[in-house]
Amino acid sequence: MASMPHLEFERDMVEVQEQIEKLLDVAERKGIDVSGELSELRRKLESLRASTYRNLEPMQQVQVARHPRRPYTLDYLDRIFEDFIELHGDRSFRDDAAVVGGWASVNGDSVMVIGHQKGRDMKENLHRNFGMPHPEGYRKALRLMRMAEKFGRPVITFIDTPGAYPGIGAEKRGQAEAIAMNLREMARLRIPLISVVIGEGGSGGALALGVTDRILMLEHAVYSVISPEGCAAILWRSAEHRGKAADALKLTSSDLLRLGVADDVIEEPAGGAHSDWDATAASLRQAILRHLGELRSMDSETRRRARWAKYGQMGAWSDND
Amino acid sequence: MAWFRKPKKPLTSDDRRDVPSDVFEKCEGCGEILYREKLSRNLHVCPECGHHFIVPADVYVRILTDEGSFEEMDPGLRSADPLDFTDLKPYRDRVRAAEKKTSRGDALLSGRATLEGVPIALAVMDFAFIGGSMGSVVGEKIARAGRVALSEERPFLIVSASGGARMMEGIYSLMQMAKTSAVLAELHEAGIPFFSILTHPTTGGVTASFAMLGDVNIAEPRALIGFAGPRVIEETIKQELPDGFQRSEFLLEHGMVDRVADRRELRELVVRLLRHMWAPTTPEPAER
Ligand SMILES: [Zn+2]
Repeated sequence: MASMPHLEFERDMVEVQEQIEKLLDVAERKGIDVSGELSELRRKLESLRASTYRNLEPMQQVQVARHPRRPYTLDYLDRIFEDFIELHGDRSFRDDAAVVGGWASVNGDSVMVIGHQKGRDMKENLHRNFGMPHPEGYRKALRLMRMAEKFGRPVITFIDTPGAYPGIGAEKRGQAEAIAMNLREMARLRIPLISVVIGEGGSGGALALGVTDRILMLEHAVYSVISPEGCAAILWRSAEHRGKAADALKLTSSDLLRLGVADDVIEEPAGGAHSDWDATAASLRQAILRHLGELRSMDSETRRRARWAKYGQMGAWSDND
Repeated sequence: MAWFRKPKKPLTSDDRRDVPSDVFEKCEGCGEILYREKLSRNLHVCPECGHHFIVPADVYVRILTDEGSFEEMDPGLRSADPLDFTDLKPYRDRVRAAEKKTSRGDALLSGRATLEGVPIALAVMDFAFIGGSMGSVVGEKIARAGRVALSEERPFLIVSASGGARMMEGIYSLMQMAKTSAVLAELHEAGIPFFSILTHPTTGGVTASFAMLGDVNIAEPRALIGFAGPRVIEETIKQELPDGFQRSEFLLEHGMVDRVADRRELRELVVRLLRHMWAPTTPEPAER
């Protein structure tokens, strides 16, 4: 764990983890019984984990959501679904590797799975553009959703992006139009749609996969109109105030549940999703199956109208008339 | 969210000239001193260089409706400050100040009207209200106007001018993109025309939702239209942006808008398009 990337507030845990490893090493080399000390250290680690992750500040939540070891879309695809067949391209310009998608099955049923994909290292991130789609990514996603519609299969999307890519090509090829079209067309689909914010839900680039019957969030995922850094730079005149911005934006999963945007929050293991990918995937799988079951029991027009009503009531206003 | 940025204007010798601002206005395009009343009669377009001034919402009501036909909808909607948001100053105070400045409850004016006798629903954004940013009130008013268009079968027109989402309403401001687009989905299926008129500037979440979803997208000349703000792009790619980037003419060239239209010709263009896209509901006399 010593060489593993970790966050500032995880340092204490990393230290205990290192002590455990050292102890194990000594035990192995010298053949002595360390089980007493070992279980003591493991208890300490567990309680550290639990207390740290129970009391995260909003900006720390953002850091966990961006954790370099956090599972990404393809990691969940491996663990939740079987028989994944990736499908590529928007049929117009190119294949955007920041968005992945294709057929998969879960519990014996075919579904279309689409998600943002971040890279694990620099090389992979250059290929994936850090999970920031170009217009082609949104258009590929829409193409796949329409294919799912044609064959009457549900769509499950995984949201995990810092946001749309602010570049010349993205603007030239109409990223505003691509996002807008996804919003309108997702509203129209007759199939069940579920989105899961697994990490960073960054603004329009996230929402372009997010107009769905159900919005689920992992416990430490965040969803926001703008990054805390971007918000702080504009409203506080300096990105250094990102902590204040993260507080003010109300971007954590419990905030979104309270605001009526998220429908369900899926608990993560004590040390966050990155501490146990399999356990996180197992809980997520259960939640997806439960919501899928509920949505399937509705007829398509009722489901679509409920979706319109869901987005129709979002916001907060008063009427002085 | 470029609405915090003041345009950099080169200093000219004209700046030293004393201009009584209640009678005259200097053109930002060519520097010419223009007589305000004449400018207003010219729909706030510089007669010398064609520069389109940013104007309050009621100017578009004047342009796009028959005189006296406009009936405002939902004037009483106000932001409820759902996050109790405070940055360097409370969001509440920003709203109050904007209300005072614009005499409007939020950044959008909507209503029923007729255009050459055809009943329409019209929504116009007001850039002077917190940079025309979209929060719950803008989204709700557009959704309501869209539902009126749907139930009363009126073509729907939205004139956009916006710096994007109103971040002081957090996730709700983002969700207005989905909310407005969902209403347009219904309108689309019902076969009711939707015209999007994009004026300077239209960026961020407004562009990436209803403003790009017109059956016909019409942009005013030289308007800045895009998703990401130019400064954010420059900071990301570490290079200067090409001249004319994200301007109406650039969008026309790249296929994102149908037409670039001078404000003085906007009304006629919409009327002509409506004739093609919206048949009068009076039945044709039966053939003998
Ligand atoms: Zn001029």
